Amino acid sequence: MLLRHTPQEISERSALTINPAKTCQPIGAMYAALGIRGCLPHSHGSQGCCAYHRSTLTRHYKEPISAATSSFTEGASVFGGQANLLQAIDNIFTVYDPEVIAVHTTCLSETIGDDLPQIFDKAHKEKKVPPGKTLIGAPTPSYVGSHVTGFSNMVKAMAAMAEKGERKNGKINIIPGWVEPCDMEEIKRLAALLGVSVNMFPDTSGVLNAPMTGEYRMFPEAGATIADIRDSGNALGTLALGEWCSAEAARLLDSKCKVPCSILDLPFGLSATDRFIDALRTIAGTVVPEEVMVERGRLVDMIADMHQYLYGRKVALVGDPDQLLAMTEFLVSIDMQPIHIVTGTPGKRFEERIAEITAPMGRPVNVRAKGDMFLLHQWIKNEGVDLLIGNTYCKYIARDEDLPLVRWGFPILDRQGHQHFPTVGYRGGLRLLEQMLGALLDRKDRDDPESQFELVL
Amino acid sequence: MRKVAIYGKGGIGKSTTTQNTVAGLAEMGRKVMVVGCDPKADSTRLLLGGLAQKSVLDTLREEGEDVDLDDIRKSGFGGTWNVESGGPEPGVGCAGRGIITSINMLESLGAYEEREGLDYAFYDVLGDVVCGGFAMPIRDGKAEEIYIVCSGEMMAMYAANNICKGIMKYAQSGSVRLGGLICNSRNVDNEREMIQELAKKLGTQMIYFVPRNNDVQRAEINRKTVIEWNPACPQADEYRGLAKAIDSNKMFVIPTPLAIEELEQLLLDYGLMEA
Repeated sequence: MLLRHTPQEISERSALTINPAKTCQPIGAMYAALGIRGCLPHSHGSQGCCAYHRSTLTRHYKEPISAATSSFTEGASVFGGQANLLQAIDNIFTVYDPEVIAVHTTCLSETIGDDLPQIFDKAHKEKKVPPGKTLIGAPTPSYVGSHVTGFSNMVKAMAAMAEKGERKNGKINIIPGWVEPCDMEEIKRLAALLGVSVNMFPDTSGVLNAPMTGEYRMFPEAGATIADIRDSGNALGTLALGEWCSAEAARLLDSKCKVPCSILDLPFGLSATDRFIDALRTIAGTVVPEEVMVERGRLVDMIADMHQYLYGRKVALVGDPDQLLAMTEFLVSIDMQPIHIVTGTPGKRFEERIAEITAPMGRPVNVRAKGDMFLLHQWIKNEGVDLLIGNTYCKYIARDEDLPLVRWGFPILDRQGHQHFPTVGYRGGLRLLEQMLGALLDRKDRDDPESQFELVL
Repeated sequence: MRKVAIYGKGGIGKSTTTQNTVAGLAEMGRKVMVVGCDPKADSTRLLLGGLAQKSVLDTLREEGEDVDLDDIRKSGFGGTWNVESGGPEPGVGCAGRGIITSINMLESLGAYEEREGLDYAFYDVLGDVVCGGFAMPIRDGKAEEIYIVCSGEMMAMYAANNICKGIMKYAQSGSVRLGGLICNSRNVDNEREMIQELAKKLGTQMIYFVPRNNDVQRAEINRKTVIEWNPACPQADEYRGLAKAIDSNKMFVIPTPLAIEELEQLLLDYGLMEA
């Protein structure tokens, strides 16, 4: 009973979060920045921020995360961080020679009111930025929004680099949202199968699931190049996956470079993947190739085969808005019952959309944006579930309530595979189903009395 | 849309001057939004007829991050839009961050978008550019013209000079420029000449000399701008004159702040000649 003090009775809380379902903005900004080739993320704040953000990413992706910091001290918080950042820019280009430094701010530098564009301008004027190198920056105070907001802000800073040239480049921008490196790879594979030429940013595939080669490279040969990101202003259109993660950047490309955008849900599960494939098909002006149809068919087949084990199973979910919307839709579509849904990220629209998605279930559903895991745990105590889906922090609830847990989302600190086996697309849907069925059927095997213990399920 | 920020020493009459000038602009048919950037939240009292409106930060504190534009702006005299940024109570918290938060929020809610049809956005900023937060209105892409309210008193001129240092820092990398000094007269000796000379040394102009007149106080007691309270009084014409001067102003410069010795010499030459 690790969470033994969680009471069943729910009382209204207005000023207290317990076991938050979110983390700091800069973690998202740092992850996004790692999807640029040759990029060193830089944390404009105290050293502790940077250390925490790096280690959280390292624990999830099991890769070394390099990032620099402005190393604020008492002096910097009184006089502003300009001198520190200028010195850092100079040092970083001299010592590590990245193509780009992606600076994100912190609570402290935001409160001081440091103005990144002004400091960047000074750095350029003082010739601290070598020719051909780039600085980008995003404001990421953690007392606003969540890690998802930070991701979105950094992706928007990338979109701000876009330049509109004379002619279109014939490509489609895909802004993949906060998904695993392997998911980004999978999205590119699907687009290629449909014959769509894509320009994806950020792209962490090959960066945060890199192979061990015996040679350490500070900047892996992967990620979206600065040239490609600049060129995104000449694309035919943008597909932004996930309203919370990607829409801001897509809208900026639209208003700045007149690149039209469609904002889709993240392609998790059957229907959301259908919509993604359909969008690609429409753009390519083609028919969906046989290979993709086969993948879809396999997913439908497994849903049909295993329906008896999925039907009516109650699920509690916690995670980030874009992920939860798609996952909830998937669960409803396979006749499972997502009944408790929490995200730590704010947004009234989230609760409305979950209500729309779960309406066909014809029963009340608990949903909360800007909620916490304490509330989720209380809901579970009031109406039990058969399955819990969420990040590693859910293991405390799973242990206390003796629930099967499928680890999905961010961060996953105690299991492997999430970096390598995609959960987007039809094949990703198979993976999700495999994990859910594995958890449910393991539980069944454990709990069934001997008289009902079955060899074949 | 022209984006204007008014700075000046505390108590010099920034809010009074701003609101009376805005009333003049509104009378000329301009569509104006006033953003009060003072934790005291008293920058829009005259335009709203004393109506104490809920500040952006109060709204944020009570209703969370999902705020609508209509929650935080109120319509006032002459069709003006009025917003109070608000801030912490005296002695706690961080007022500067409050200004950053509320200006960001107004932007994300689209208060400055073309569809709002604004001719002017006025930022009425508390006192000096004391920290990063109070510089928010003059960062790139925010206010582009600054007017400094001052008088012939030493400390007001000292503050004006100091504010110019802040403007200079941001002007070098952005589009913010100084539009002029507004002399809000305190009946100091040689005030007009002295401020004109200060303006010249700063590389700018004294855009208007607002004479001292108790009608301003009378209008304030009635929670009105002078133009609304008594459109026919001479002081109303003064504010109309200031509004017109700002409306037709073409002189925008990066200021050249003075060294303290220069500033003191200026006072010796003009203000304290007999002393």
